Amino acid sequence: MNIKDQASTVAEKEDSMWKQKEMINENYELLSTANERGQKVASTFVPGNINELLMCFDFARNFPETNALQNAMRKKSGGMIMEAEKSGHSEDVCTYVKADLGMMMKGNKGPTGLPMPDPDLLMLSYTGCFTFMKWFELVREQYPQCETAMLHVPYQADGNITKNMRDYVVKQLKEDIIPTMERVSGVKFDIDRLREYMIQSQKAEDDLVYVLQSAKNKPSPIDAYFGGVYYIGPIFTAFRGTTAATDYYATLRKEIEARVAAGLGPITPEGVMKEEKYRIVVEGPPNWTHFREFWKMFYDEGAVVVASTYTKVGGVYDNGFRHDPQNPLESLADYCLGCYTNLNLPARTDMLEKYIEDYQADGLLINSIKSCNSFSAGQLLMLREVEQRTGKPAAFIETDLVDPRYFSPANVKNRLESYFQMISQKRDRAA
Amino acid sequence: MSVQKIVDRCQALYDDLDFNAVKEWKAKEEGRKAIGYMPVYVPREIIHAAGMLPVGVLGGGDQLEVIHGDAYYQSYICRIPRSTIELGVTGRLDCVDGMLFPSICDVIRNLSGMWKLLFKDKYVRYFDAPQTYDDNIGGKFYKQEMQELIEGLEELGGRKITDEDLNNSIAVYNENRNVIDELYAYRSKAPWKALTSEIYLLLRAGMVLPVEEHTELLREYLSAIEKEDRPVRDNCRVVLNGTFCEQPPLGLVKSIEMAGCYIVDDDFMLVTRWLQEDVPTTGDPVQNLADAFLHQSAETAAKYVDTEEAKGNFIVDSVKKYAAEGVVFAAPSFCDPALLDQPMLHTALNNNNIPFTAFQYAENSGQMQPIREQAGTFADSIKLWSA
Ligand code: SF4
Ligand code: SF4
Repeated sequence: MNIKDQASTVAEKEDSMWKQKEMINENYELLSTANERGQKVASTFVPGNINELLMCFDFARNFPETNALQNAMRKKSGGMIMEAEKSGHSEDVCTYVKADLGMMMKGNKGPTGLPMPDPDLLMLSYTGCFTFMKWFELVREQYPQCETAMLHVPYQADGNITKNMRDYVVKQLKEDIIPTMERVSGVKFDIDRLREYMIQSQKAEDDLVYVLQSAKNKPSPIDAYFGGVYYIGPIFTAFRGTTAATDYYATLRKEIEARVAAGLGPITPEGVMKEEKYRIVVEGPPNWTHFREFWKMFYDEGAVVVASTYTKVGGVYDNGFRHDPQNPLESLADYCLGCYTNLNLPARTDMLEKYIEDYQADGLLINSIKSCNSFSAGQLLMLREVEQRTGKPAAFIETDLVDPRYFSPANVKNRLESYFQMISQKRDRAA
Repeated sequence: MSVQKIVDRCQALYDDLDFNAVKEWKAKEEGRKAIGYMPVYVPREIIHAAGMLPVGVLGGGDQLEVIHGDAYYQSYICRIPRSTIELGVTGRLDCVDGMLFPSICDVIRNLSGMWKLLFKDKYVRYFDAPQTYDDNIGGKFYKQEMQELIEGLEELGGRKITDEDLNNSIAVYNENRNVIDELYAYRSKAPWKALTSEIYLLLRAGMVLPVEEHTELLREYLSAIEKEDRPVRDNCRVVLNGTFCEQPPLGLVKSIEMAGCYIVDDDFMLVTRWLQEDVPTTGDPVQNLADAFLHQSAETAAKYVDTEEAKGNFIVDSVKKYAAEGVVFAAPSFCDPALLDQPMLHTALNNNNIPFTAFQYAENSGQMQPIREQAGTFADSIKLWSA
């Protein structure tokens, strides 16, 4: 590693990465003391989360999906899943749910070891995933005193948001969700407060889009999947709308701008990636239990992910959507309706095709997740369509999110290596 | 017609994976159209009012060899979408002019998009239903959903659907639901006569026959079965739950019966029993259908239960209503809705001291021995327990 590279690795770690780590830890601390401090706690899901609105009522925000993935990265999820299965949950169902329920069964200590609070509100934002509904019905059993608020977000079945869909979501917000939040929190709704948060959201969203689209450069200064999951962390969870998130994205953007100017590749856990050999678009969530190992299989081969759909689950911002302080409730509705897994299969396929073109990628890789019907059902057809339309090779691997039993390193590595070889051969033939 | 003849006819319809009944219906008049729909519920009244034939598409069962369908799905996804794709790509569903995909789960939801990609010339609609039940919120949304369906079918059929058409169709389906209620009541009264393996076939026939004909067929069965002399067995009475989407093989239903269980309630073909009361046949039909959906729907895993207290009541009530002694959960493998729901239903049953047993199946499961054994042990334990 040359001095410039070293400096930039350290700088990145010091600034945006450390900042993010701090934010996450602080939130777990906040959550752990919320009950005793009398702060109300809302649990909610990442896709279609209405974080800005929750903040208007001073709720501490807990994201069970994030807990599950954080636990998986710390190698704790396997035991939790087993615990849930022992108590009667099927092997066949989404492991995020089981990791969450298992965590509760094992004493409800969060990923950082701190106790998780009892929720006061289960904010069931039912966006893009059927399992969410069952998940909170199951959690509700454990907390009979806690209110559940259902925000049903219709599916974009024809690839567009209709007036009926938007009106339905806005009506729920106005007539059901906001009154429930007022009742549970004891705080009166102030729409100007919501607007203020949205101004922050917008800024962060602009910077995030810059960062994600920086991958159009050659070499790409970021990895838009493995690195990308860090970049989306704050904005997809408890921090969107806070100044902390805005600052984080401003810092991150500066760092990436510097990398672009210096012509550097992405940072990996082992330093700056040297040669960019393959530019890949990835569909599907990552595996969290072997995250580092999985990532290494890419950077060791010089493969960089230039665009991914997973980084759009909590909002598709690169198509121009921004939270709009002028129309706060309507824009919350559009946000919920627009999350990636709420798009129909043709729209998802078009998006992948466009990414391959816009990011000048060599091909598509689908990481199909056993847990997740929302993502996975239909991916084989998407693969075929994209391959046909772009003429670029595509590959398919299967893993799971948080269940270590479904990550087979040798298989995945083999598959990836032969895929990268295939790209090389195709390139050689074309040359 | 004798019971045997009726059952044979239903069996033939069930075995026919080419939907010949649909083709015959279409051939009788120029321009007739058929609309397929998947489980759990769509307002078939609207399709009927458009002069079209609603056709229930429930996968390929255990007789269809799935050759292409597997290439569309990973091994950890349930069977029904792959066999449905098989029916589609092999041309067996060419006779349906459109497909409706109700909002039951993410697999069916995504299948709607696959259908759009694969069958570009067909009318394809994902039919969303509200998970909030306030008339002014969920009701309004649902009415608009139905309105869009009406408009889509008007365009496809080239004619207007009037309120009168809809009210007439509502009446026809009320009648069908009433006969089915009678059938269920009869089975509960005399389960040794109205065997569930027959009831299943009768309901399946309703997936492809015009509703008027189906109603007639059920009436004939009810009068024929009355005259039938069948041996009373020392079986226990159970409610079967979890079969609302991917279909259990007929052999599974028979196995449960043979193992010593009379099935006295079930969640087969919920579309036929979804609305629990008659829908009014005067006034605004869309409003009436919406009211019925919001306030008179059956409960199933695909539907949100908005309070913790109400969760599981439906199955407990069904046990009471049909004087069942236990519940048999049979869920398709990899079915998130059914399998995630089950532990909560277990809690409700435990709270009410209702015994249950659970197993999984696939529509193409062949080996029934383990299921027969498990159901048999369950039946024995109930008998022992109640002795
Ligand atoms: S099914 Fe998929 S989107 Fe839904 S909770 Fe599980 S992992 Fe998340
Ligand atoms: S069987 Fe279950 S998971 Fe499969 S399509 Fe039906 S409801 Fe969905």
